[in-house]
Amino acid sequence: MKRRHFLGLLGAAGVTMGSGLSAQAASSADVKGLPNANGVLFDATRCIGCRKCEAACNQVNELPKPAKAFDDLTVLDTIRRTDAKTYTIVNKYVPEAGKPPVFRKSQCNHCMEPACASACFVAAFKKTETGAVVYDESVCVGCRYCMVACPFNIPTYEYDKAFTPRVMKCTMCYPRLLEGKLPGCVEACPKEALLYGKRRELINIAWDRIGATPGRYVEHVYGEREMGGTSWLYVAPKPSFAAIGMDENLGTASAPELTSGALAAVPAVAGIWPVLLTGLYAITKRKDKIAEAEKQAAVAAAIATASADAAAKLSEELAKAEVANKRRIEVEVTKALEAAAKAAEEGEDA
Amino acid sequence: MSTEHTKSGTLFTPWNILAGIILAAGVVATIMRFTMGIGSVTNLSDNNPWGIWIGFDLLCGVALAAGGYTTSAACYIFGFKRFHGAVRPAILTAFLGYALVVFALNYDVGRPWRLPYPIFYQQGTTSILFEVGLCVFIYLTVLFLEYLPAALEWKRGFDKYRGILIKLTMGLTILGVILSTLHQSSLGALYLIVPSKLHPLWYTPYLPVMFFMSSMFAGMSMVITEGTISHKYFHHKMDGEYNEGYLDLQFAFAKASAWVMAGYLAMKVLGLAMDNRWHYLFTGYGAWWLFEVVGFVVLPCYCYAVGYRDRNIGLVRVAAPWTVIGIMLNRFDVSLIAFNWQLPSADRYFPSVGEITISLFVITLGIIAFRFIVTRMPIFYVHPAYKDSSH
Repeated sequence: MKRRHFLGLLGAAGVTMGSGLSAQAASSADVKGLPNANGVLFDATRCIGCRKCEAACNQVNELPKPAKAFDDLTVLDTIRRTDAKTYTIVNKYVPEAGKPPVFRKSQCNHCMEPACASACFVAAFKKTETGAVVYDESVCVGCRYCMVACPFNIPTYEYDKAFTPRVMKCTMCYPRLLEGKLPGCVEACPKEALLYGKRRELINIAWDRIGATPGRYVEHVYGEREMGGTSWLYVAPKPSFAAIGMDENLGTASAPELTSGALAAVPAVAGIWPVLLTGLYAITKRKDKIAEAEKQAAVAAAIATASADAAAKLSEELAKAEVANKRRIEVEVTKALEAAAKAAEEGEDA
Repeated sequence: MSTEHTKSGTLFTPWNILAGIILAAGVVATIMRFTMGIGSVTNLSDNNPWGIWIGFDLLCGVALAAGGYTTSAACYIFGFKRFHGAVRPAILTAFLGYALVVFALNYDVGRPWRLPYPIFYQQGTTSILFEVGLCVFIYLTVLFLEYLPAALEWKRGFDKYRGILIKLTMGLTILGVILSTLHQSSLGALYLIVPSKLHPLWYTPYLPVMFFMSSMFAGMSMVITEGTISHKYFHHKMDGEYNEGYLDLQFAFAKASAWVMAGYLAMKVLGLAMDNRWHYLFTGYGAWWLFEVVGFVVLPCYCYAVGYRDRNIGLVRVAAPWTVIGIMLNRFDVSLIAFNWQLPSADRYFPSVGEITISLFVITLGIIAFRFIVTRMPIFYVHPAYKDSSH
């Protein structure tokens, strides 16, 4: 009994440990962005190009009135983009000649990992819990790197203001979301081409629509994975998203993924360079030092050899001189002896 | 352009008249920019938020000011002591270059009085631009400190402070190399975030490495070019040490540039090979890419190499400005020509007269400041009072 109880505990501990580990692994690798973020699903098969969303956006955001009224549909004859006075626009495309046009609404896509927020050097952009990407003009320097970075060409700038220029873009009606209201454009759409809700639910709805009418839609939910995913999602009729002016080659890597490698190199460079450079400096200095020491050693050696040679020569010369001297002395002694002997002989004779 | 003219009292030399016109036009454009907004003087748009004030003033300005770190590193870290005479002119060129980059940024950003915000108020640490801003800010300070001894020797009476700065030389040099490595490469890294907007021939994950490598030969080529021009106009200011090292330095930098350019070329080719982008070479942009890479990397690199081998200083002095133009072409390609390549031509950018005026205005201010300083301070010569000092 006891033994079984112990084994049971052990097993339970093992399961807990195992599940704990896998949950941790999942939290760092799989879960991305805000799972409860809201979004909007745009269905291009439903949009009729009435521009009611544009009018509503203009009104709720208190933007300046445009030159041409919102019920003037000739505006749709030219392709437009968002500008400092327009957060959203609808463009008309004719994907296949002879067939009815397709309309596509354009506004901030509220990326899950926004390029603008990643690029901003004063952190003026923020992805909020609601899913909206909002901008804080009180810190903006006006470098416009957000506009460079945005893959959808959405942020715009008030180039004509000298003192208080701002970046202007759709806020997903963030203030209205906080009050529990719908975004202005969604509320105004008469055809339910815009659907507001939880992003993950919208993705399911989008795929359901694609599956329910085979052959009608492009089999892709634009924004599900583009640039790491966006809160604004799109479904479109065949033939393609490119036919309604949307870039199909954006890839799935989010902006932070594109730049994190370069940013990670910063501490590496800051850490390795000083060590490497002082090392190089030390090596250069040491080389100089060794070269100098070798030079001195060579000179000393040369001097030593020279003086040794000189000493040897000197002693040799001295030895030679001594021999010569001895000889000379011997000769002189012999001479003297001979002379003395001669003198003695002469004395005897005399 | 010769200082002799001003000495003889003639103010209306061709150079002075030209400079006067540019300055006057620059003042007008400045007033317009700061009273009526950026839109009043530029062709910038929502699709093209960055024009030549970034592509030329910032990207080219920083690349061409790289002579500061290359020369001081060669002299102090790598032990090429005979280049000592060239360090001060290179540091001065770099200091003025960076100062003007920051000056020009005040025109480009919407609210320049907030430029200190990213460093002191709210840091956007995920931004490559934050890294650029921080490094440029610190490096400008480093360059100022490196330049300062010349100013202190000119005014005299600050020997104590000069002594402290001289003692810091080694530390400042190493700091300069670190900061330059970081922000020169980061200027390329700025474009890593736009794979969909920059043409695939120029977009590569190697962009930061390429920008750093090219900054090395940009800096060295600028030192050769600046030295050649200075010799013509400020020869009377130059002393023995400067003149003795001068030819040696030009040849050594020619050799070094040739090697680095060869490495850079290899990176360029690897960039294509890695993503199998060869087929783009057979398009219009491909022809332009080849024009840049063959015309302004391969050929000047070859001239440098032959010039060094044959001790042909004339060839080296041709290769240097050629390389400088090539660097400018590369920065223009990345920031303007190959950027937004998919937009219809009506939405593409071309600089306005106002933008060109301001860029010329900034260059003119730089030349005037350079002339003012080298004719007064010990830049090309060692001050007689400091002959025995090692710096």
